[in-house]
Amino acid sequence: MSAGSQGGLPPAASQHSLTEIIKDAGLWALVTLGLCFPLIAFRTEQNLSLQTALEPRPLLVLLTVAVVFVGRLLWRLYAHPSRPRRVLFPPLDLSEHRRRYGPRIGLALLLLFPVLALAFAGQGGAIKWINNFGVQILIYIMLAWGLNIVVGLAGLLDLGYVAFYAVGAYTYAIIAAYVIPATVPMLGPWAFWICLPLAGILAAFWGMLLGFPVLRLRGDYLAIVTLAFGEIIRLVLINWVALTNGSAGIQTPYITFFGLPFTSRSGQTTFSETFGLSGSPTLHRAIFLYYVVLALALLVAFVTQRMRRLPVGRAWEALREDEIACRALGINTVNTKLTAFAMGAMFGGLAGCIFGASQSLVSPRSFEFMESATILAIVVLGGMGSLLGIAIAAVAIIGGIELLRELDWLKAVFGSGFDPTQYRMLIFGLAMVLMMVWRPRGLIAAREPSISLNEAKAISSAHVKEGHG
Amino acid sequence: MRWLRDPLLVVEGLTMRFGGLVAVRDLAFSVGRGDITSLIGPNGAGKTTVFNCITGFYKPTSGLMVLSTDGPIQSQAVADLTASSRRFVCRDDKIGGGGLFLLERMPDFEITRRARVARTFQNIRLFVGMTVLENLVVAQHTALMHASGWSLVGLVGAQSYKQAEASAVDVARYWLDRIGLTHRADDAAGALPYGDQRRLEIARAMCTDPVLLCLDEPAAGLNPRESLALNELLRAIRDEHGTSILLIEHDMSVVMEISDHVIVLEYGIKISDGTPDSVKNDPRVIAAYLGVEDEEVAEAEAEVGL
Ligand SMILES: Nc1ncnc2c1ncn2[C@@H]1O[C@H](COP(=O)(O)OP(=O)(O)OP(=O)(O)O)[C@@H](O)[C@H]1O
Ligand SMILES: [Mg+2]
Repeated sequence: MSAGSQGGLPPAASQHSLTEIIKDAGLWALVTLGLCFPLIAFRTEQNLSLQTALEPRPLLVLLTVAVVFVGRLLWRLYAHPSRPRRVLFPPLDLSEHRRRYGPRIGLALLLLFPVLALAFAGQGGAIKWINNFGVQILIYIMLAWGLNIVVGLAGLLDLGYVAFYAVGAYTYAIIAAYVIPATVPMLGPWAFWICLPLAGILAAFWGMLLGFPVLRLRGDYLAIVTLAFGEIIRLVLINWVALTNGSAGIQTPYITFFGLPFTSRSGQTTFSETFGLSGSPTLHRAIFLYYVVLALALLVAFVTQRMRRLPVGRAWEALREDEIACRALGINTVNTKLTAFAMGAMFGGLAGCIFGASQSLVSPRSFEFMESATILAIVVLGGMGSLLGIAIAAVAIIGGIELLRELDWLKAVFGSGFDPTQYRMLIFGLAMVLMMVWRPRGLIAAREPSISLNEAKAISSAHVKEGHG
Repeated sequence: MRWLRDPLLVVEGLTMRFGGLVAVRDLAFSVGRGDITSLIGPNGAGKTTVFNCITGFYKPTSGLMVLSTDGPIQSQAVADLTASSRRFVCRDDKIGGGGLFLLERMPDFEITRRARVARTFQNIRLFVGMTVLENLVVAQHTALMHASGWSLVGLVGAQSYKQAEASAVDVARYWLDRIGLTHRADDAAGALPYGDQRRLEIARAMCTDPVLLCLDEPAAGLNPRESLALNELLRAIRDEHGTSILLIEHDMSVVMEISDHVIVLEYGIKISDGTPDSVKNDPRVIAAYLGVEDEEVAEAEAEVGL
């Protein structure tokens, strides 16, 4: 079958007759022609009397069809169908030393991030970098790790995860802005630390509450009901004006350094005064907030990794693999699902509490369906179940969206009316499509076993199930 | 005739209806303690349905299923339990402790957990994305859950949980040795060849420490050599572990060789029940299996007095 033996014909043509290839290209051209009619054959034009008129564009159609015909022809003639498909992104190599040092290097970078930001961006720039990138991304990492328990480990598709984020944020907002000043104003500076556990507990409670009605639902039905739950919570936040101040939102106090405020109100001694620090209090607050989120995110990672090695964690994964087999092994699937919902929701609530303390305003606008979709996208892109993959995906997606805001120089290219953030969804969607083509199971698709007899081998995603509710 | 003298499980009047279809009709049989009991019958006879009722996956339309892990079944105790609204009585209220269980009242996971009935499935149901070892450790969920103090003790990394996990791994290692899969302990269960998956599913069921093991066509798709090894394994489970086995099997050579007791179903009705020899020569069984002329059936029925 060597191509050389076929004389002057191009290699691929040796397998198919020329007429067949031309026919095929003709078919493609025909389909293109059909598609052209609604899409590019006409252009709407407003004429002088302000009426809309259709202007035909036969030349453009002809050109498109010709390009498709010739392109397909050349593709069939010269593309080598037998050549193995080039793998653009080979699976990440999880060899021993990478597995050992990768997380450590990542951790070191995370710990040094504020210092690096200060060094490279100066005082003014560092605030932006630490708040917009560091804190934002870490909050999303926490959220995604929380959702990962429900979706990635237990295999329950939850489209309303943002509800628990909202519960956490509003717990902080209501208690810190209304309840504490009205009852024991003394505790004011400690609001964040009081609200943090409360937010976690309340979110876990709501997670269970959502869990009960959806226990029997699977797959698409589960997704729809959780989606509705997310919307219900948001609508309640908008409409229960007496408690939540409706769509106007609640002004929240900022986080304090264990009781010491960063910016002084009513003559309290501030953090920088106490420690004799110079520099902007906003920067101090940003750095402190960053380390608080980092500590909590690491706690979430630690708890998740521990849980995976506990019977509940293994039961979550077994549930994703085969619910009926679980029941035959004496696993109470109801409790297992509820704990997954509760744990996931709790992490979401913690992230929400931090969000509330990092923002001066908590409003329902922050908890729209788009947030749930983004968090789910992070989990799916990262590789369901893989903490490291999810962290990378969060950096890429959230960092990428934030970076778009920074691309001001594009205005010079596309004109001053150009706003790169408007293309966010377009780029996001494109990235999703490409990822699903190249890495349908996410960045780190292989599963780490929770226990091993001799040597732990990563399990190929070909075997791991995705769960179906 | 141990199934009459000392039954582990007694089923009476079991009926399972799916809409208009009666899959099992008024079925009564017992499983002897320490026996290998085979449930055979043509396709669609209702064998799997009987399994699903015993293991709680289906709630039977009517019927009584009594299992005792605490010595012989006393009819007075059964009558008392049935009259009460309880699902079971345990000697000491510990999970896994001996007791008397009304299976038709219990949910599936509780039947495995408390009444210690384990099962395999006609279409293998392994956790294919988990390792072979993980499959066997998940099966010890109940014991490990206890040891992990419902996760709280385990979460702080307590030594007691680590010990419990280590002994769970020992149990798993024992069963891996028994089925000859130790060298594949860290591979995905889905990567095993079919015969190994069948054996792994049996080992996984044994890791729940059952008194009754229900196997749904364990020899299906095995080659003759694997089938022979399976016979050995089943005998060892009965003799060394004292686990009684309830077996659905189509391969008559396997059934006749290892069974102590054979029950034959056809269209959801029991047509024969006894030792392998008596069942083998039962004309109704022969008729059901080979399919015979109508007159022969009439003859055979006349012979057994119908
Ligand atoms: N969930 C169900 N819903 C409706 N009908 C069912 C259900 N389960 C079983 N049946 C019916 O009950 C009858 C008995 O089925 P069952 O699976 O118990 O047969 P079986 O003896 O195990 O057969 P096989 O040897 O083919 O496995 C069949 O007619 C089947 O279609
Ligand atoms: Mg069957």
